[in-house]
Amino acid sequence: MSLFKRAEIAPLEYTRRLWMRAWIAATLFFLYAPLLVLIAFSFNDSKRNIVWRGFTFKYYGKVLENDGLMAALGNSLTIAFLATLFSIILGTLAAVMLWRFRFPGKTAVEGTMALPIVVPEICMGVAMLVFFAKLDWPTDLPWPLNLSAITIAHITFCFPFVAMVVRARLAGFNKEQEEAAKDLGATEWQAFRDVLLPHMKPGIIAGALLAFTLSLDDFVITFFTSGPNTITFPVKVYSMVRFSVTPEVNAASAILIFLTILLTTVALKLQDFTKATA
Amino acid sequence: MTEKQPVISIRNVTKRFGNMVAVDNVSIDILEGEFFVLLGPSGCGKTTLLRMIAGFEMPSEGQILIGGQDMAGVSPNQRPVNMVFQSYAVFPHMSVADNVAYGLKISGVAKPEIRTRVDEALELVSLGGLGLRMPDQLSGGQRQRVALARGLVMRPKVLLLDEPLSALDAKLRAQMQFELAELQDNVGITFVTVTHDQDEALSMACRIAVMNKGDVAQLAGPSDLYEHPANRFVADFIGSVNIFEGKLTVDEPEQAVVDCPEVGRVFLNHGVTGAHETTVWVAIRPEKITMVPAGKIKPKAKDSPDGHNIAHGQIKGLSYLGDVTVYEVRLDSGRSIRVSRPNLSRWDQEDFSWDDKVSLHWHPTSPIVLLS
Repeated sequence: MSLFKRAEIAPLEYTRRLWMRAWIAATLFFLYAPLLVLIAFSFNDSKRNIVWRGFTFKYYGKVLENDGLMAALGNSLTIAFLATLFSIILGTLAAVMLWRFRFPGKTAVEGTMALPIVVPEICMGVAMLVFFAKLDWPTDLPWPLNLSAITIAHITFCFPFVAMVVRARLAGFNKEQEEAAKDLGATEWQAFRDVLLPHMKPGIIAGALLAFTLSLDDFVITFFTSGPNTITFPVKVYSMVRFSVTPEVNAASAILIFLTILLTTVALKLQDFTKATA
Repeated sequence: MTEKQPVISIRNVTKRFGNMVAVDNVSIDILEGEFFVLLGPSGCGKTTLLRMIAGFEMPSEGQILIGGQDMAGVSPNQRPVNMVFQSYAVFPHMSVADNVAYGLKISGVAKPEIRTRVDEALELVSLGGLGLRMPDQLSGGQRQRVALARGLVMRPKVLLLDEPLSALDAKLRAQMQFELAELQDNVGITFVTVTHDQDEALSMACRIAVMNKGDVAQLAGPSDLYEHPANRFVADFIGSVNIFEGKLTVDEPEQAVVDCPEVGRVFLNHGVTGAHETTVWVAIRPEKITMVPAGKIKPKAKDSPDGHNIAHGQIKGLSYLGDVTVYEVRLDSGRSIRVSRPNLSRWDQEDFSWDDKVSLHWHPTSPIVLLS
């Protein structure tokens, strides 16, 4: 018996097995290397994206001057904001309804609500295209009303995610808390506002984050529902890439990444805050 | 003392959930300022009854009056009662003070008054100075005090408590039993408590309603329930007891005899008022039985005729509990009987051991005759 004998390696003790370390390295490499390269080459002082020719902020300036791209970014953010807003309202209400009430056809409602999550995006896109065409949805409205078709399409696939997250959160709710509020004199509405809503808040924030990022980077469904005047950021980037991948595209993508990271951080901080007080 | 008025009148209340009858035609008057306990095993309908008083369930039949007012159609937020929930249901996202202030805020009490009343209530439950804490920084016992303060601050006519001590550990529970009783005495508010724990009920209550299968089996004070149970259910549920079936053979004003095949003839120094030869049950508490070693002297139960109130057997089990030792004695009839013996000196537990032959006897006032 050796005094220095090391303890047996536990399963999944990844730091002490070579192949596991390699596996993790590979995973991280394929996850982050493309992103890092993309961000790095957004600072490349060259028209082509292959050879490093020195550091520059030039292409960020170009992006900011590119009216078409900035308009697309504005569209995307507006759509994402509106879609998130409606999704958290619809999603939260749907979650509360499914959690609280029993009604005929509840299983059917639950099933169809998850449909936008499982249906292939391409089908959703085509369906939306046909739907809006059949409705003769006006396409020549002034901004931001011309984004209504895309926004509606985004809401349909975003709110089920909110509903799912909030419903999961509600499963852990102690109904006695709501009764306690009523017992202390609160009306149904006051009990909802003061007890149920604060409990759902972390779920709503997480759901909002999901909805926002889903909407912001959606390409397929947006592609089918956008018109010539309603280009969104991903669609615009796609059209730019078709000509060539310039550092300008890199810069635009990098901006989107930074934006997403910023939003995620803010949302997580918010959630941490509510958790600390929960 | 002024005559006490019923603050809650439960009149012929029945509650059905589908086919299941949870509360079956119950009538109880709860008096102003008393500590009332609804006691029973789980599923006996006690919590349903409490929830009907609070307004979370509506009676299928019958009436509930609070302060003389019919509560039919009055929602929980309109009732002059407050409840302490089994899970305490303290709002986790509010500080202790905000929790206690919630009801006052909702009913639009002025801010300065809220402050003083919240401070008062926290002081009352010994949580003074903890107002800014969040519930997850409190222990279970402290959270319960928050729930108590939150109800008391509303100055309700009645405070309802649903299994208030069930989540606490044994030591804390014993302490809280006293504190709750003292608190109730101080504030003078009527407390109605639901519990399945008989110790809790006996130690805190003025009066106890023992419930069984939706029915009130007996409504009485703690010592009456223990010493004068009305039926086998109550005798068995409150404390520990030996119950024997027998036939009433002698029933005179001054004496009665019940012939029990399992334990012999049981003599009582009072009448029973039952028909001759009817089946009755005799209940004897383990601590009211005296145990002596067999054979040494011919034992004779005090104040009883020869051959009555006496039984012989062998110790088949014992459990030493510190203050008492409980013995399981197998009688000659094959029936087991439980006897408890206080350990008055530090060596008393050594007097008897497994397989010892013993004789048991009891006083003619000890057996309780039950007709149902």
